[in-house]
Amino acid sequence: MLLEKKKSRSNSDIPMASLADIAFLLLIFFLVTTTIDVDRGIGLSLPAKGEETEVRTKNITNLLINAQGEVLLDNEVIAINEIARRIEQKIQENPNLIVSVKTDRITKYDVYIQVLDELKIAKATRISIAEPTG
Amino acid sequence: MKFQGKQKVDPAIPLSSLPDIVFLLLIFFMVSSVFKEFQGLPVTLPHARKIEKLQGKRDIAYLWISEDGEVSIDDRICRISDVSRIMYQKRLDPMHPLKLVSMKIDQGTEMGIVTDVQEELREADALNINYSAKPVY
Repeated sequence: MLLEKKKSRSNSDIPMASLADIAFLLLIFFLVTTTIDVDRGIGLSLPAKGEETEVRTKNITNLLINAQGEVLLDNEVIAINEIARRIEQKIQENPNLIVSVKTDRITKYDVYIQVLDELKIAKATRISIAEPTG
Repeated sequence: MKFQGKQKVDPAIPLSSLPDIVFLLLIFFMVSSVFKEFQGLPVTLPHARKIEKLQGKRDIAYLWISEDGEVSIDDRICRISDVSRIMYQKRLDPMHPLKLVSMKIDQGTEMGIVTDVQEELREADALNINYSAKPVY
């Protein structure tokens, strides 16, 4: 009996022509899935635990926010968009000024962020967050 | 006078290096892409003007507080009293020590809860925080 010797020889090379297409496909996938949106926000450093320093009262300005979102600066109710201007003035008078922000326990977070934003605009770097009352 | 004939240039763009270029781009995007890891809680972020970008995404813990006071760290809901323990463990992580806590807090959250969480963070010595906010246009 005669064995059939003739094997159909297939080409052993991997076809390289489609390599670029595959790479492009992967590239497009990663391009689409990459999230470029960066997180943005207001940065703040909390004081370390047990780090309580005494400050002279003349270097402190109290900024109180009540439950209704009204802001009290030096015993005077002011609008939120006026904070930046007022604080900037005060810092020019006294560069060592510490702004102490005190809120009520049921004050809305939105108001707090608006006030912090105003303080950042006024370039107030010394901000103290007091424990809320109420 | 005889003008010299123009030298003929082959107008075809060489395509043989195309896969190499594509692979280079591919590897760049593979390395630089960070997949969105967390779903988070449904929060409406407040708006602010003076905001800064967060540097990098890798050593940041994400902390969500929803309007009704639910707290979630990296997609796991937890109690406020557990925050300091979880954050302390994150700070001890040898591969990615915690550098910053990004706080995604709903604009309607009450400040009492926010302060309680901040006290927990101080307990864990995670002092760098960032209040996430959207830019005002």
